[in-house]
Amino acid sequence: MTVDQIIFLIAAASTLFAAFSVVTTGNLIRAAFWLIGALFGVAVIFAILHASFLAVVQVVVYVGAIAILFIFAVMLTRKDMRDQGAQLNRNWKFGAFLSALVFAGLFFLLRGWGGVSKTAAAFPSDFDAVAELGGALVSPDAYVLPFEVASVLLVAALVGAVYVAYNHK
Amino acid sequence: MDFLKDPLQIAANWLFGILAGWGVADLWAQVLIGFLGIFLLIALLMVVDILLVWVERKVVSRFQSRIGPNRVGPFGLIQPFADIIKLLIKEDTTPEGADRALYNLAPVLSMMSVLILWAVVPLAPTILGVDLNIGVLYIIGAGAIGTLSIIMAGWSSNNKYSLLGAFREVAVMLSFEIPMLTMMLIPTIFAGSMGIAAITQAQDVWFFFLAPLAVIIFLIAAIAELGRAPFDMGEAESELISGYNIEYSGMKFGMFYAGELLHAFTFGSFWAILFFGGYRFFGLEKVSAFLAIAVLLFKAFIGYWIIMWVKYTLLRIRIDHMLIFNWKFLTPVAFTLLMVTAFMNALLAASPTWLYVGGMFLSNVLVAWISLELARFAAHKEREKTENTLTADARR
Amino acid sequence: MIPLSWYLIFSAALFSIGLFGVLTRRNLIAILLGVELMLNAVNVNLVAFWRYGDVHNIAGQAFAIIVFAVAAAEVSVGLALVISVYRKRNTVIADEIDILKW
Repeated sequence: MTVDQIIFLIAAASTLFAAFSVVTTGNLIRAAFWLIGALFGVAVIFAILHASFLAVVQVVVYVGAIAILFIFAVMLTRKDMRDQGAQLNRNWKFGAFLSALVFAGLFFLLRGWGGVSKTAAAFPSDFDAVAELGGALVSPDAYVLPFEVASVLLVAALVGAVYVAYNHK
Repeated sequence: MDFLKDPLQIAANWLFGILAGWGVADLWAQVLIGFLGIFLLIALLMVVDILLVWVERKVVSRFQSRIGPNRVGPFGLIQPFADIIKLLIKEDTTPEGADRALYNLAPVLSMMSVLILWAVVPLAPTILGVDLNIGVLYIIGAGAIGTLSIIMAGWSSNNKYSLLGAFREVAVMLSFEIPMLTMMLIPTIFAGSMGIAAITQAQDVWFFFLAPLAVIIFLIAAIAELGRAPFDMGEAESELISGYNIEYSGMKFGMFYAGELLHAFTFGSFWAILFFGGYRFFGLEKVSAFLAIAVLLFKAFIGYWIIMWVKYTLLRIRIDHMLIFNWKFLTPVAFTLLMVTAFMNALLAASPTWLYVGGMFLSNVLVAWISLELARFAAHKEREKTENTLTADARR
Repeated sequence: MIPLSWYLIFSAALFSIGLFGVLTRRNLIAILLGVELMLNAVNVNLVAFWRYGDVHNIAGQAFAIIVFAVAAAEVSVGLALVISVYRKRNTVIADEIDILKW
């Protein structure tokens, strides 16, 4: 076992534990904080994969904005801060079975595929992924159209969210 | 290799030789030396932090025509140590119904979010934690952890005042993050890189002369991000007692306090690095690494001084005014300035230095003038409306 | 070196946990938390395939950026809907928002 394997296993195990806590803990604000832990773990996985830009963007966008938004929403939609009643619905056994089935299906699908045990080639030392990504996102030959559509989507979501949540008197 | 130019590398090589002599494997020796470097940096920061407590108390008392700490040691210099001993022997309380794990985690995260910022700060040409090519984004990411620590402290304390303070503080921090990030993109445009080291290297002309308006907007956004007066709604003493950290006592409060001071100093240093050339000062940094560190710390202290000056001069602004100021004035101006700067940069790319600097400076002045005129026009209209309603009320 | 399968199994597990949350939680916000986990699992897959394929083909990272934008849009609209529903019906439990079933 090499050092990066150990780091990966620690990051993956803590991410999965945090994710499991997100879906099972009874206290919703705790769940939001566990979500932050899971997203951090995913950022570490991105860093292990040499996607440093995505790792930092993950922290900025998810931890800095989305998770805080969740915490605000949890606090705005309750009369007192405690959670009452069951947090899981009646069909939780069926749901657990279904998600276990999805995982088993994906697992056996992966087992049958040849490319799965492939290891990565050494990362080219002179390769600047950030510059490459920035170029690709604004180049007409690559992804400028999806990028612009995504920004239009964000503006539409912003306007829509303000309109929906606005208190019409 | 000259010791004055690159002291850390020589020390590391020397240590590496000793460890190799003891039969330590190369990998572990490197890990050990890396950890020693981190401890050295954090120790330096902690010493600066202790000094900052004294500086802050002395300066505020001078602003308020007082003498300040003057009993313990010469000029009260030992006062911070007395403070630390007091904080350490205080009772460590946890409020009833608090969420213990999050309550204890919040001050640690608050301090951590400041300390990890210094990983990308170039102290000298050869002394730098890590040269990330996304340094500017990293700063915002570390700020996100600071935001998280505040909402954690506010919620887990189980106190209405602290929750209110955390809400206000987080709303302000999230809003002012946008103009701050936009202003950090302007040095990125000039330097052609997001790396902090590359931005410092590119400043043959200080970026202050290329973008004076960006310097001011960055300072305003940084003060709001720090939660200092006039934007200290999060811990408004007179209405929320102390905001999000009201329930903390002893060293846990001390960590919030020290984190806040160091955060202000850190933003002073980022201000110096992004717009005032960092460690560069007429080639002084090439003489010795120690001189470069001294130059950077000096510039950072000037930035810290200005932040303190603003804090102890201005009054607190109401929260809705604060957010309206950000969303309706600062953010549009920041976006306009970014677009103008990118356009001018492309237009003047091939021109000589004097034309480039002059064009950039004039375009900044123009943007500032137009936006101030627009703001004045809007303010006049607003005042007329208020006066009309007031006279109508009076007539009734 | 880490084989590709580790990343794929990790992301499959993360996806399944998110799916479990979406299927079983009663609170609307908790369901959105599960959706976030599923989107992140997809992102891990995209970046892993970028790293293990040709790194000069940047498509994996570009798609991950688009997924970030979509996730941000989804959360803002979703939470706005939740708050709007809470104002009208005074609840955020998914089972109790059943006015369309009448």
